[in-house]
Amino acid sequence: MYRYDEFDATLVAERVAQFRGQVARRLSGELTEDEFKPLRLMNGLYLQLHAYMLRVAIPYGTLSSKQMRKLAFIARRYDKGYGHFTTRQNIQYNWPALADTPDILDALAEAEMHAIQTSGNCIRNVTSDQYAGAAADEVEDPRPYAEMIRQWSTFHPEFSFLPRKFKIAVTASDHDRAAVKVHDIGLRLYRNDKGEAGFEVIVGGGLGRTPYVGHAIRKFLPKEHLLSYLEAILRVYNLQGRRDNIYKARIKILVNAEGADNFAAMVEKEWAAMKKTDIDLPREEIERIGAYFAPPAFETLPEESASLEEQRRRDPDFARWLRTNMAAHKTPGYAIVNVSLKPVGGVPGDISDGQMEALADLAEDYSFDEIRATHEQNLVLPHVRKDDLCAVWSGLKRADLATPNIGLVSDIIACPGLDYCTLANTRSIPIAQRISERFADLGDQESLGELKIKISGCINACGHHHVGHIGILGVDKKGEEFYQITLGGSGAEDASLGDIVGRGLSADATIDAVEKIVACYRANRQDNERFLDAYRRLGAEPFKEALYEAA
Amino acid sequence: MKLLKFNAGRLVPALEEPPVEVSLEDWRANPQAHAGATALKISNAAPLDDIAGDLSGFSVVILAFPGFKDGRAYSQARLLRERFGYTGEVRACGEILRDQIFFMARCGFDAFEFSGADADSAAAALKDFSHFYQAAADGTAPVWRRRLARAAAA
Repeated sequence: MYRYDEFDATLVAERVAQFRGQVARRLSGELTEDEFKPLRLMNGLYLQLHAYMLRVAIPYGTLSSKQMRKLAFIARRYDKGYGHFTTRQNIQYNWPALADTPDILDALAEAEMHAIQTSGNCIRNVTSDQYAGAAADEVEDPRPYAEMIRQWSTFHPEFSFLPRKFKIAVTASDHDRAAVKVHDIGLRLYRNDKGEAGFEVIVGGGLGRTPYVGHAIRKFLPKEHLLSYLEAILRVYNLQGRRDNIYKARIKILVNAEGADNFAAMVEKEWAAMKKTDIDLPREEIERIGAYFAPPAFETLPEESASLEEQRRRDPDFARWLRTNMAAHKTPGYAIVNVSLKPVGGVPGDISDGQMEALADLAEDYSFDEIRATHEQNLVLPHVRKDDLCAVWSGLKRADLATPNIGLVSDIIACPGLDYCTLANTRSIPIAQRISERFADLGDQESLGELKIKISGCINACGHHHVGHIGILGVDKKGEEFYQITLGGSGAEDASLGDIVGRGLSADATIDAVEKIVACYRANRQDNERFLDAYRRLGAEPFKEALYEAA
Repeated sequence: MKLLKFNAGRLVPALEEPPVEVSLEDWRANPQAHAGATALKISNAAPLDDIAGDLSGFSVVILAFPGFKDGRAYSQARLLRERFGYTGEVRACGEILRDQIFFMARCGFDAFEFSGADADSAAAALKDFSHFYQAAADGTAPVWRRRLARAAAA
């Protein structure tokens, strides 16, 4: 994991001091709320429906046990005993007092964390594959590049007042777990025909009210030019992105108005004129950062574990959890463990202080001190010996963290919705809770296979509904909550935007509709095809019929 | 509104006659009519690709922040300094607040039509940070260069 040197530590400490001054000016009345707003937003502090909300950055989703314990401490000391993991691999606290926020940032700084650029029209926390450094299918660990982007983008003087917020995601696997095609910039590290590693640069994807799948504007960018190329893209966007209409200000609007080829030409022209040696990191610094992400001291183990197989045979619950929550690790004898934050009837992404501490202990004992947050609002222990899986499972069970539903129908992404958010039209969390209750039977869930439901409480699409296999969008109709269903979206390497099927439904009818859609899939499924593949084969018609025949 | 400029590295109020301004459009339309102008005012929507020929003869270029959230002039200032080698004064006008001056200075601005009341606080805000991760137009070495230098010295 990356560790701060004195430069990183000084910058974060200076940021806390600066923010402490800004909060003091606000509390003394020297600053009005209007004047304070842009300052607090630069530090991840939002004013929500009931209270302030503080969003803490977890760069590329990587956490140590020490950091997780600090998050638990903050939840207990300054909040109501829980935190909420978001779709940007961050954590949010929903109830901090304004006067406490500088102390919270101080506590974070002690664990090399911060809330810098978790809001505002700037480059946000860079996200990556939660399996980075562990995935069997990755070209190399993408996190050193994510860390380079974090440093380059932090307090970037030219790009702190962009037309709109800006999100960058990095992956290094063919199987895209970072949703790079629906980001402002998505970076896919791969090897070309000559065996050299470089980036495919994808620009202009995004969700919100005008969803787009991104365009590859450069097929192959040599790794060492990553930062200068990003700077060229950001400069073109900063100068030419629309500022007259907040809903047309994201880079996707510019890219699609210009056309991807023309936009690419604008970037290439800017890039050609840049003095790259001032921007691109020299080999020594790339190696310095890369060294922090060297693999941990894995033991040499056989691929299969006899004790694991024995335990798997003995305990069907353990066997089920292995089937759904374990993923392949690149090192023989190790496995990746997914920790679901989606218990039946729970709030997606919520975790208590005690659960955070339990997870920190498990990571320390069994996963080289590492934890990851996922954009699907779950957590990961990336490096667990197969011999230890049963002990980890037992520990997770004691902490109520062993729900075996990763990728299944109850592993739902939901935005905070009208329970917290000032922008929301409808609630999202109760819909997620009721769907997970409706499909509570685990055997049933598993038989359905991969099925991703994503719920947004308004058109801003924080719950990624456009790329849900089943998407649910909350809309307000004359003061009543209605929900619009989309089908066939995907945020992965086969990215697509879902099709709207039919009119908006009440909350009750929405839960029934999901059940009807699933029943239709079950009736028409061939072999073991996924819901998404069945939908793509069948089209929307049979699902529409199932939805509306009885209605 | 108070004009703040650097004096021996410190940001202080400047007492001087206002320059004679001309907009880029007016200047290009009729340079002879504006021969006495000393400050070129460039809109933040203006492309700068062909600006090189217009800069000589102006001791001041004025760039605009119609609102503090409109950050186009940050890029324009860097282009003037880094691409076109402009060494005269680059002045920020519009909504110029304490907490943005730090970014402006890094992008090459050296004069500010400050909207706030307290010039000392604007000067203090420039000292909030002692390192920067990235190179910009202020000539400060980015953190990665300092790391290299330290490693080389060790």
